[in-house]
Amino acid sequence: MKEKIEALRLETETAMAQTETGRGLYELKVKFQTALKGIMSGMKDLVKEDRPAFGKIVNEFKQSIEEKFEARALVVREMEMQKKYASERVDITMPGKSYKAGALHPITLVKNELIDIFSGMGFKVFEGPEIETDYYNFTALNTPKDHPARDMQDTFYLAENLLLRTQTSAGQIRVMEKDTPPIKILSPGRVFRSDDDATHSPMFHQMEGLVVDKGITLCDLQGMLAEFARKMFTSSTKVRLRPSYFPFTEPSVEVDLSCSECGGKGCRLCKGTGWIEVLGAGMVNRHVLENCGVDPDVYTGFAFGMGIERIAMLKYGINNIKTLFENDTRFLEQFED
Amino acid sequence: MKAPFSWLKDYVDIDITAQELAEKLFSCGFEVEELSYLGEKINRVVVGEVKSVTPHPDSDHMQICIVDCGEEYGRDLQIVTGASNVYVGMKTPCALDGSQVVDGEEIKKIKKGKLRGVESLGMLCSGEELGINDDYYAGAEVNGLLDLAKDAPVGEDIRKIVGLDDWIFDISITANRPDCQCILGVAREVAAVLKKPFKAPDYSFTAQKTNAQPIEVEVAAPELCPRYVGHYVENIKEAQTPAWMRKRLALSGIRSISPVVDITNFVLLEMGQPMHAFDADEIGERKIIVRRAKKGEKIITLDEKEFTLSCDNLVICDGNKPVALAGIMGGLNSEIKPTTKNVFFESAKFARDNVRKTSRALGQSSDSSSRFEKGVDAYTNERGMARALHLIEELGCGTVTDMRRDVCAVDLTPRKMTTSVAKINALLGIRVPESEIVAILTRLNFKPEIDGDSLTVEIPGYRDDIDGYPDLAEEVIRMYGYEHITPTFLEKASVTGGGLTDEQKRELHLKNVLRVQGFSEAYNYSFYSPKDFELMKLSANDAKRNAVKILNPISEELSIMRTFLAPSMLQNAVRNIRRGNDEGRLFEVANVYLPKNTQAGEQPEERKRVVLGIWGGKNDFFDMKGAIERIAEAFHLDFSFERAEQTYLHPGVSAKIICDKNSVGELGELDPAIALSLGLDKKVYLAELDLTAIEKQMDDRIRYKNLPKFPATQRDLALLADEKLTCAEIEEVLLHSCKYVTKATLFDVYRGGQVPEGKKSMAFTLTFTPDQNVEKAFTPETLDGFVKKILGNLKFKLGVELR
Repeated sequence: MKEKIEALRLETETAMAQTETGRGLYELKVKFQTALKGIMSGMKDLVKEDRPAFGKIVNEFKQSIEEKFEARALVVREMEMQKKYASERVDITMPGKSYKAGALHPITLVKNELIDIFSGMGFKVFEGPEIETDYYNFTALNTPKDHPARDMQDTFYLAENLLLRTQTSAGQIRVMEKDTPPIKILSPGRVFRSDDDATHSPMFHQMEGLVVDKGITLCDLQGMLAEFARKMFTSSTKVRLRPSYFPFTEPSVEVDLSCSECGGKGCRLCKGTGWIEVLGAGMVNRHVLENCGVDPDVYTGFAFGMGIERIAMLKYGINNIKTLFENDTRFLEQFED
Repeated sequence: MKAPFSWLKDYVDIDITAQELAEKLFSCGFEVEELSYLGEKINRVVVGEVKSVTPHPDSDHMQICIVDCGEEYGRDLQIVTGASNVYVGMKTPCALDGSQVVDGEEIKKIKKGKLRGVESLGMLCSGEELGINDDYYAGAEVNGLLDLAKDAPVGEDIRKIVGLDDWIFDISITANRPDCQCILGVAREVAAVLKKPFKAPDYSFTAQKTNAQPIEVEVAAPELCPRYVGHYVENIKEAQTPAWMRKRLALSGIRSISPVVDITNFVLLEMGQPMHAFDADEIGERKIIVRRAKKGEKIITLDEKEFTLSCDNLVICDGNKPVALAGIMGGLNSEIKPTTKNVFFESAKFARDNVRKTSRALGQSSDSSSRFEKGVDAYTNERGMARALHLIEELGCGTVTDMRRDVCAVDLTPRKMTTSVAKINALLGIRVPESEIVAILTRLNFKPEIDGDSLTVEIPGYRDDIDGYPDLAEEVIRMYGYEHITPTFLEKASVTGGGLTDEQKRELHLKNVLRVQGFSEAYNYSFYSPKDFELMKLSANDAKRNAVKILNPISEELSIMRTFLAPSMLQNAVRNIRRGNDEGRLFEVANVYLPKNTQAGEQPEERKRVVLGIWGGKNDFFDMKGAIERIAEAFHLDFSFERAEQTYLHPGVSAKIICDKNSVGELGELDPAIALSLGLDKKVYLAELDLTAIEKQMDDRIRYKNLPKFPATQRDLALLADEKLTCAEIEEVLLHSCKYVTKATLFDVYRGGQVPEGKKSMAFTLTFTPDQNVEKAFTPETLDGFVKKILGNLKFKLGVELR
């Protein structure tokens, strides 16, 4: 009997040492258990007194082999893992796979970013009609009948009093007529000017902002634009106001931002000045408020307007406005998120 | 507006450089667009004195000169010249070795060299080689060397001698400051910004009594001519325009003609007042009438062009006929001539929009008309006239008489305005000291007076732009300096809620739904060409042809407002394909414009649409349909598709999109005939949706539904169907034969092989989802039961069998 056990031990242990897979180990274990059952069934042939001792031996044998199986299983699993690691090794320099999404147009990207910045400051987005009446586009904006801006040279007319809006400022009036202060609106959209050359496109986009409330000052305009400049460009972007003229604001200012390319030291982009003209702004002209039924002695406000294409060109380094309307997929796909 | 530095110095003691002045002007609202040095092209040219002249041994016209150019450049430079007017003792410009002179518009470099064997260390110059004429320096137009004045210091930079040592400021003047469209106006600003006194020009003259028959002035159209000042000058004498005035004119690019003409030009430049001089003896019936032209009336202007006028044009007439096109140009019939004895000067204010309209309508313009278009004030009418009369006296070219006419519809009393320092500061948001405000307004001639809290100013006659306290605030801050404005963040304002409207959010969502499907966003012009209608094969009465037209388009190609977006998308696809972008997907969201009564001034209806384009690759109709279905899913829209024909789509591969029983768009393959005409070798698929039409049904809210207790199971069925049966018909039966079928997806269509002629094999995956009431998962046997029922229905309703 003991010989049988020793033979089985030897056989099992030898086979176990040679087994390198979990599957093989399982099969070996089944085989071992079957053999052990055979040995145990021989117990009935033993004398009664010998049985307990024999039983003890068998049990100890079984336990020791099973422990070995367990230990071997750990080794085998590790071996298998190593094999798997080796066999599944990839050439990590091969190209990655991705599903290609499209891209939003840079005009939309800038528009969204502007909306994000200003809606956080409490601006509502308002979109007025693109075909406007003379009144909303000019007259109500304190642009008198004899102002050069009204010349056929600049404006596309559809009928005597109907035109393609030349500025999103037209939206200001519609909002002020409808709402009462406090007003904070952002009016993005398409505008049209009869200009078509290397640096002008007959259609482009503007973003107009308007704040009307009690106690609004020029310092508030400066503060808001400084916040905009930091968020849109870099946290070190500076704002400079300088006097200008727009019929619908007084005082009017041109707003320059420190050049994002050279940080204000002077480069080609800023023509050596360190500053880039980005938008026009000013305190809302009293006549404009009056035209909308807002009492200019109670309320003041400021307005600003910027060209979205201009911001996009500055931000992304696009050097030709015409590229924006060619819709070449090689251009557009560069703006993927 | 071009202002020479030297001229500005006539009115202000400027003690800073031209560059520094440019920065000062910039800070107070006058951007100097260009600052150019007049003598930029001339370099290393100095005054030389000819010491000796000997003939060139090998030339019959050249001479060898020894020239004294002073200690620095050499006392005895040998220079060969071909000019015949050279003489010993002559002072003339000498271009040294390595110098630059001009040759027309070009720069000519001078180097030492040998002329027929004789060394020449430079070149003696003519006026032309310095780029100047007689108005800069007398004798500059002589054919030969420029004979300089005897007192010209030897060795001196020639630019200082001939007036080229000067800077020209090209200043951008904003539309509210027409008063600065002249040297005097800019000088006033310079004086204010430099805090220096302004030296006004001399306006004095003595009016002599005249016996001439009076000339009467009548203004019949005061709305177009608010002020008309006339003055009679007699005994016009021949005289020479002095060098100082000729030079001023020359710096502005104007040639000297005669003293009277030069004075009118000078006053325009200096004062910004366009002047006109009539030959008084040509004024019929001694009458000047300012009126609207009669329809069909004709005038021949000074430049001998004839114009037929309308009643929108303002004319100056004598007793019989028009003698000038008001503000634009005088008539040939009253032009001053060398023989003119008496002159009637005109200094008027004409309505700027009328001058502009007339000028545009007739295609006739002048320095006067462009000045009037910017706006001339009534105050300057009088000042300009006074200055002109003073100059008549100063130049001694005529006798100023006491015959003066002034027809004025404008109130000339100085305007006063009362506000307060507090109001100005409240608008600015900073505290500018009262003393500073007073000092600034004083320098700008506003004569400010403080009385307790109130600030009263008298608005200068030339400042028509000032009409409220914000204008004064602007005057203050532009002089005080915008750098004093400190950023604040709406300290006193109310808190408001911001952001997008639901509609705007949905538009953005839509863009992203398309973007993740590989579509990039396009932006196209809102206008296109009538040819696009032909390209899209629109029939003559197609509603899409009813478009808004631009009255003054840039070109025919950009002349009509879009009524649908597909033509732009097609052009985008074509451009991409031609540029080698073989496969692509684009979309655009934009408005189209549907006219109402445009002529009556009614705004067209603007409707938002989305257009999609797919071209190249393995794409087919179903890629496009999938994109549209994805939109439907994202916005919970119930779209169905019906076969339909669009003129620009393939009749067999196109459909209209139905939503809530309305046709809201179309999709399909570009008509191969159009593709052929465009030479396209790729298929293009287009789809367009009227977003305004489905706006109300678009709902992108997300609602959670409880999960079923048991997982869904799937079964694939390969069906044998008649060729003419559509997928939609089979799907309809599949979905409605068993309530647990939540999805029926076609995954394969097969023809040929074991499939009989006239039949097709269609394989569907059916998804069975147990609902909330199902108490245990579906067993294979239950599913068999469902399938059996479905097959029964298919057979009964459509004759479709399991393959």
